Amino acid sequence: MALTLTVNGTSHTVDVESDTPLLWVIRDSIGLTGTKYGCGIAKCGACTVHIDGRAARSCTTKASAAVGKAITTIEGLSADSSHPIQVAWVEQDVPQCGYCQSGWIMSAAALLDKRANPSDFDIDSEFADNICRCGTYQRIRSAIHRAAEIAAAR
Amino acid sequence: MTHHEISRRKFIATSAAAGGGMVVGFSIPTAAQAAAVNMNPWESPTDKDGEEINAWLTVDRDGTVTIRLGQSEMGEGVFTSMPMIVAEELGVDWKMVRAEYADANRHVRNDNVYQRMSTGGSGAVRRSRVYLQQAGASARERLKEAAAQAWGVARSTVTAKDSVLSSGNNTGTYAEFAAAAAAIMFTEEEEPAIKTPDQFTLLGTSVARLDTPLKVNGTATFGIDVRVPGMLYAAIIHSPTPGGMVKTMDGDAVRGLPGVVDVLQLGPGGIGNLTYNPEEVPNRVTGITSSVVVVADTYYHALSAVNQLPVTWDAGPGGGSTNATIQAAAFDILHNPAHEAHLPVQDEGDAAGGIAGAATVVESTYTTPFLEHACMEPLNCTVHVTDGRVDVWGGFQNPPGALGVVADELGVEQETVFTHTTFLGDGFGLRSRNHEVREAAAIAGAIGRPVKMLWSREETTTQGKYRPYATYYFKGGLDAGGKLAGYENRIVSQSIFFHQIPQFMRDGLDSVALEGMDARMPYTMPNKKVTWAMSNTHIPPQWWRSVGMSQNPFALESFIDEMAYAAGTDPLQFRLDMLPEDSEFQAPYRLVAEKAGWDSNLPKGQGMGIAASEGFGSIIATVAKVTVSRRGQLTIDSIDVAVDCGHIINSDTIEAQVQSCQVTGLSNALFNEMTIADGAMVEKNFDTYLQLKMSQMPQVNTHLALSGGEKWGGMGEPATGPILGALPNAIFAATGVRIRSLPIRNHSLSWS
Ligand code: FES
Ligand code: FES
Repeated sequence: MALTLTVNGTSHTVDVESDTPLLWVIRDSIGLTGTKYGCGIAKCGACTVHIDGRAARSCTTKASAAVGKAITTIEGLSADSSHPIQVAWVEQDVPQCGYCQSGWIMSAAALLDKRANPSDFDIDSEFADNICRCGTYQRIRSAIHRAAEIAAAR
Repeated sequence: MTHHEISRRKFIATSAAAGGGMVVGFSIPTAAQAAAVNMNPWESPTDKDGEEINAWLTVDRDGTVTIRLGQSEMGEGVFTSMPMIVAEELGVDWKMVRAEYADANRHVRNDNVYQRMSTGGSGAVRRSRVYLQQAGASARERLKEAAAQAWGVARSTVTAKDSVLSSGNNTGTYAEFAAAAAAIMFTEEEEPAIKTPDQFTLLGTSVARLDTPLKVNGTATFGIDVRVPGMLYAAIIHSPTPGGMVKTMDGDAVRGLPGVVDVLQLGPGGIGNLTYNPEEVPNRVTGITSSVVVVADTYYHALSAVNQLPVTWDAGPGGGSTNATIQAAAFDILHNPAHEAHLPVQDEGDAAGGIAGAATVVESTYTTPFLEHACMEPLNCTVHVTDGRVDVWGGFQNPPGALGVVADELGVEQETVFTHTTFLGDGFGLRSRNHEVREAAAIAGAIGRPVKMLWSREETTTQGKYRPYATYYFKGGLDAGGKLAGYENRIVSQSIFFHQIPQFMRDGLDSVALEGMDARMPYTMPNKKVTWAMSNTHIPPQWWRSVGMSQNPFALESFIDEMAYAAGTDPLQFRLDMLPEDSEFQAPYRLVAEKAGWDSNLPKGQGMGIAASEGFGSIIATVAKVTVSRRGQLTIDSIDVAVDCGHIINSDTIEAQVQSCQVTGLSNALFNEMTIADGAMVEKNFDTYLQLKMSQMPQVNTHLALSGGEKWGGMGEPATGPILGALPNAIFAATGVRIRSLPIRNHSLSWS
């Protein structure tokens, strides 16, 4: 069936079954591949996007449930990698292989929206189901704190 | 002739003569092309209007220098460290450096011009540095020679710095002289010497990674992201039990489902040139295993259909096996010293006599399970077969290997296969096998359209190649003074070499299974006997980050600790007492103890543990500090790591790799275990195959104990091993609970 989704401010009409996970619609139908597939069961965070400003696992969100909502992917977080999270990530050279990073960045951006200055406890709780197999956790933590500073200074 | 000299001569012999890159793949200009690395890293980040001075580098008219690397980026930082080595010699302004992958097809056509194009064994720097320095130095001298000829001066008067050549009042840029330099050939004698470490200015500093900008905005292309016009998607389900076979499959039941294009059977009885043969080693690891495939217009259609495909399996010879049966078979050998399977590894002095005369005898058995790699990016490969040319995209740890597998599978000449290596969403050894590449080639060959094959996470977890199990028996005798009087160690494990490269077995022994346990052990033991026996299973084994060091340091360093406590000696002192004065382990051990504030007498519930190991040319010593509640809740407070890799290229990468290895080691020690039931893997996804999380990540402090000199050690893997000993030792210090099997989560840590 035809569904109309708004991704990064652009409207896309796609022909998919309504129970198709949003992840595959974003990646394969719309062609935005920055959102990654890691587990398909909401246990790794690689597929995280924003739906109406809140972090959501696109692998377990049905495409039909996102109709009429504003979907933001890593490609739409900023036009020029200028979001404080992206700036801090570059400053601290967080990514290693990079595969998980879109998910972390989208999750971290949503966390900063909720809490301008998250504590370590906030960070631990927010990322209970995010995995980075390269083990960039230490730098992610530090970069989130740094991003909070950058955002506060703007 | 040393290895270094061979590399240097090889560079001189081939690279200058190598001509003309090929235009490959689908080049789509994007905004990211201004970046130092293209989002499609197999494509050049520049417009390639430049002159190729040798196979490793080109100089564009605007002065941009593009440096090629033969290794694959899977997080370890080669996209930055390898170009740094060339740039150090070239004397180029680092801001003008761009990087791209070397072309495996050219490598194959051109007498292995890039020397070594696989990534593994923590070998990127230590095995390539000399010829990369030579490539940079040679280009620099040819640029100088070109300027000298133009200006009518001697080359010795020309200096080269920051891409500018000068002599007296003459100055010119590298770009101006690139064409002339490209035409200059040096004889072997004319090739310049390379810099020594004391002359480095770029190497050893902290340099920002060139690939980071692509990894914060979703533009970096991984294998899973490749999109080729007209592409179809394939989803696959393999025999749940490795080595099993499809018994029945009803393809017609799913052919009518949305988007389905075709249903295929792969492996024995289906398509595929090299198919699994249980009788043949190493075919058991490389051949296509029995599987079913659905090809569809989208991945989700393919996945849905393959999940609904009616199929029954014959489990084959591995059916019925479990962790218990595998361990029982190993223990039958391990606990029977007279068993004929034990092969001598090391026998020095009189171990039995030393133990017989000892005042105290310590005896223990240790075990470690099968592990899956858990690469963040599930396995995938995209193949397009056309008349006279095959294109292959994916995250290859060994691109020429992938190229060869595709040529073999499709029966075409290697020269007609073009691999396009993407960024890798982890490798850890899994992506060097190319079994998924062979499957994708077979599928694309049968379908006649470009196909992207993607394994689901469940297939990736249950159908990988695994870090093999190992079992260890130790017996140590201590004299009345607490000194080691005799040591006996029997190991029974599955062999990686036997399955993959049987010609590497020596006297029946697999040297990677014995890493750190044989003569390579740092400790001096007067009476020592070590044996090894192979007990294989139907489960295909594979390199797993740090290989033998992903398990041996757990057993050895825990047992050393047991002996230290039995001797009543501080665990650090017990180790230092067994190290020769001039041991390279002395400095890392002492530094890490000092930095961590080593203290073996903390109040109950707190503890420090120490361990060290050597791998891939680097020595790592580690102290873990833990707190364990009475109810057994473990908190890892901090980890200190001392590193002797000799020299460093990019200090930022050293710290990142030490942290990365701690996460791999902690996941391994605390959580990772593949359970086997009816010969098949039970854990299928991250809900049961658990990995370390953010909240469990301790502070990791990296300390350099660089010995310099001739030592150039790798850093991608070696820091994984020592934490496997340091953590259980810290837990023992805190609780009195001795962990003798991994993972730790299977044990109660409660104390009173
Ligand atoms: S892919 Fe969605 S959470 Fe892992
Ligand atoms: S950076 Fe590689 S998995 Fe996170």
